[in-house]
Amino acid sequence: MSDAADTPVLSARGLRKEYGKGEGLVRAVDGVDLDIGAGETVAITGPSGCGKSTLLHLLGGLDRPSGGEVSLNGRRIDDISEKALSRMRRTDVGYVFQSFHLMEELTAVENVELSALLAGRSPRAARRRAEELLDRLGLAGRSRFLPSALSGGQRQRVAVARALSNEPLVVLADEPTGNLDSAATLDVLQLFKDLHESGQTLVIVTHDARIAATTDRTFTMRDGALVDETWPSGGTTGRLGALAGLED
Amino acid sequence: MGRILLVVRLALRDLRRRRTEAVLLLIAILTATTTLTLALVLRDAAGDPYESTRAVTKGPDVVANVQSTGLDHLDQLATASGVTQHSGPYPVIAGKLIAGKLFAGKIEASGRTSDAQVEGRDATVASVDQPEVTKGGWVSDGGVVVEAAFADSLDVGVGDSVVLNGRSFEVVGVAVTAAMPPYPGGSCIVSAGCVNGAIPDDRDLPPGLLHNPGLVWLTQADVRSLASDGGSLSYVMNLKLADPDEAQAFVDRNGGEHGGVMSMRTWQSILADATELAQDSQILLLIGAWLLGLLAVASLSVLVGGRMADQTRRVGLLKAVGATPGLVAAVLLAQYLLVALVAAGAGLTIGALTAPLLTESSAGLVGSAGTASLTWSTIGLVTAVALGVAVVATAVPAVRAARSSTVSALADAARPPRRTGWLIAVSARLPVPLLLASRVAARRPRRVALGVVSIAVTVSGLYVLLVLNAFLGDQPSTGAYTEAQVAVLRQVLLVWTVILLSLAAVNAIVITWATVLDNRHASALARALGATPREVSGALAAAQVLPALLGAVLGVFPGGWALFAAIVTITGGDSDKATLPALWQLTVMVLAAVLVVAALTSVPAYLGGRRPVTETLSASRS
Repeated sequence: MSDAADTPVLSARGLRKEYGKGEGLVRAVDGVDLDIGAGETVAITGPSGCGKSTLLHLLGGLDRPSGGEVSLNGRRIDDISEKALSRMRRTDVGYVFQSFHLMEELTAVENVELSALLAGRSPRAARRRAEELLDRLGLAGRSRFLPSALSGGQRQRVAVARALSNEPLVVLADEPTGNLDSAATLDVLQLFKDLHESGQTLVIVTHDARIAATTDRTFTMRDGALVDETWPSGGTTGRLGALAGLED
Repeated sequence: MGRILLVVRLALRDLRRRRTEAVLLLIAILTATTTLTLALVLRDAAGDPYESTRAVTKGPDVVANVQSTGLDHLDQLATASGVTQHSGPYPVIAGKLIAGKLFAGKIEASGRTSDAQVEGRDATVASVDQPEVTKGGWVSDGGVVVEAAFADSLDVGVGDSVVLNGRSFEVVGVAVTAAMPPYPGGSCIVSAGCVNGAIPDDRDLPPGLLHNPGLVWLTQADVRSLASDGGSLSYVMNLKLADPDEAQAFVDRNGGEHGGVMSMRTWQSILADATELAQDSQILLLIGAWLLGLLAVASLSVLVGGRMADQTRRVGLLKAVGATPGLVAAVLLAQYLLVALVAAGAGLTIGALTAPLLTESSAGLVGSAGTASLTWSTIGLVTAVALGVAVVATAVPAVRAARSSTVSALADAARPPRRTGWLIAVSARLPVPLLLASRVAARRPRRVALGVVSIAVTVSGLYVLLVLNAFLGDQPSTGAYTEAQVAVLRQVLLVWTVILLSLAAVNAIVITWATVLDNRHASALARALGATPREVSGALAAAQVLPALLGAVLGVFPGGWALFAAIVTITGGDSDKATLPALWQLTVMVLAAVLVVAALTSVPAYLGGRRPVTETLSASRS
């Protein structure tokens, strides 16, 4: 479906996720093929309930597919053990959630260092890395604050710092601006732009056209399938593009 | 009235919505109320058989006995101030009794032998202490009547023969008396002297001293004919006083302490000895009831906390439609008070029905197990304790829920976890399962404290059970209990143990499950960040096992030690006679407690570590 980089960091082939049986069968993800190259930033957009978040969970190994394959850095992750998946998530994948999912009883810096501690880094190294990241994301003065004392944008920046803590191959962000006001959204937009420029591979599920506009490619999803792929240059492929008369 | 109906209706609907939890609540309070009922019924029942025996046999208020040379003292006593009636003096001799079946005119050699106190009585009815014949008839020349508990022990009945001091007598009756505690706790009324309890193998009794003598009655003529000479006779007299409650004062006034020329015994001291077994059972059960009450508070607190968290949105709805904080608190409290009332009723019923199994009165007393009955004070106390347990466990969360903001309650916002900074800092240095476990524990310190208390109370109870079991193991060879009495006390301990362990197990599972549910989001997030299911399950289990270890250690010391000291103080016992558990026993007990908690929590922890991550994260907002 795409002309991805030569060596895809993340790829999916015929990826499916189904719920229920018989007449109640729901195809949340329906035969998705996808390649994402190193350093590439990709947006997945589409209406609510079209399967964007489910696809993201499958790509990051948070959920098991009903069929198809997912590979991370050339290694199949759809058929590995739960333990191996967990280890892969520690080191190779960073998540950013719409509702932040920070531990309420931990300060910003403690939240950020948690991933590194789970990965077995020493407490000192984990703390140093967390403070560096918070500093880089403009939260140095807020590192000892509890999430409840931070604004929405600041919380999301903490969540991004946590996702970056183990220097993952790919960061997966699920509606990262969904719970933010306009000012905070711009804040996060700038953050993703910076990450993009630093060469971080990013997959962002979003409704926000402004985020999609900053990415290398944007996929449109409908009824569990990727129906369109758009480049910032304006080119499109796929059925929607054809329907809109943008493609031959 | 309308408000009360509304509160009751809402409370009943809430209980119906969560039936399993309601049943667990009921079980938790029920165990405590049943044990408490057993203890209180036993207390009331303990005195009853003796009272009825005393009434039926015209029991004496004071029993006095002298050697043959002191007969004039008894004559003076019969006319002393305060004495309204007397019987005797009756002659008594020490005897050696061989029990067995008559075969071809001779006692079978296999017959049991025992020391006996042989009292000579008139064939006519005495005005004071006329033993009540339960089988056969009263004394006649050549016929012996055997005290009921003694007859039970010898396994003799009417028609059998016994040999007393070499002479054969036919058992013509079995009777009970209130003038002496039942065998083997009988008091000594012969000049030769007696010793009750076991005699160590390496010690010989002085010649002539009776060991655990039983009581039999012959005619006075038969007793005198058995006596080698007049000097071997002792005499006993039974007195009725104008004021039975002043019996001890009468004894003090007339110089009848043991060891003097004349020995006297009050009916109150006979009552204490006669009902010792029931009283000991009652003390054990009463202490067990309080322990179970504590465990029930722990169970309830966790269950109630979980239910309250579940009811946040309902509280918000009630407040949004105009319910005052008072009404909301009343609805929440009413549920638990209703459960407590049902538990009190059920506990009273079960306790009253099962008490007879533990109150089988001694064969030496008139009265049966049926005498164990409920009194208004028992009903009141058990109900008050059940309601108290419910209020103690419910009041804080109910008031907290009632005072919560309506908006946040409607948003179903969970109570924020606690932050324990030092523990978070320390846990960063631990391996992943312990890191997560420490933080799981730190989020809800009150729940951890309840877990520690629950295990500490259980282990304290087990510590005391070990001591009592060792003590009973030495009986009857070293103490005052017969094998049958030991069996009854062991039954009481078994009831204690089973209920204690059951409730502790319920607590462990309930606390773990509440922890699993409360940590759904944190566990899912840890998994999303790379913790393996095993590490999360291990953390959830360790968060229970580590407090269990602390609780078990505290349960041994100071818990068990203090509980045993309290029992010794309450019972007026001698702790030097008890064998405290050996270090290896305590170590095994602590390890066993930890292992059992680990086993009980493994399933909820396993399930908690494998909950779908995406579902949980999608459902929660934080």
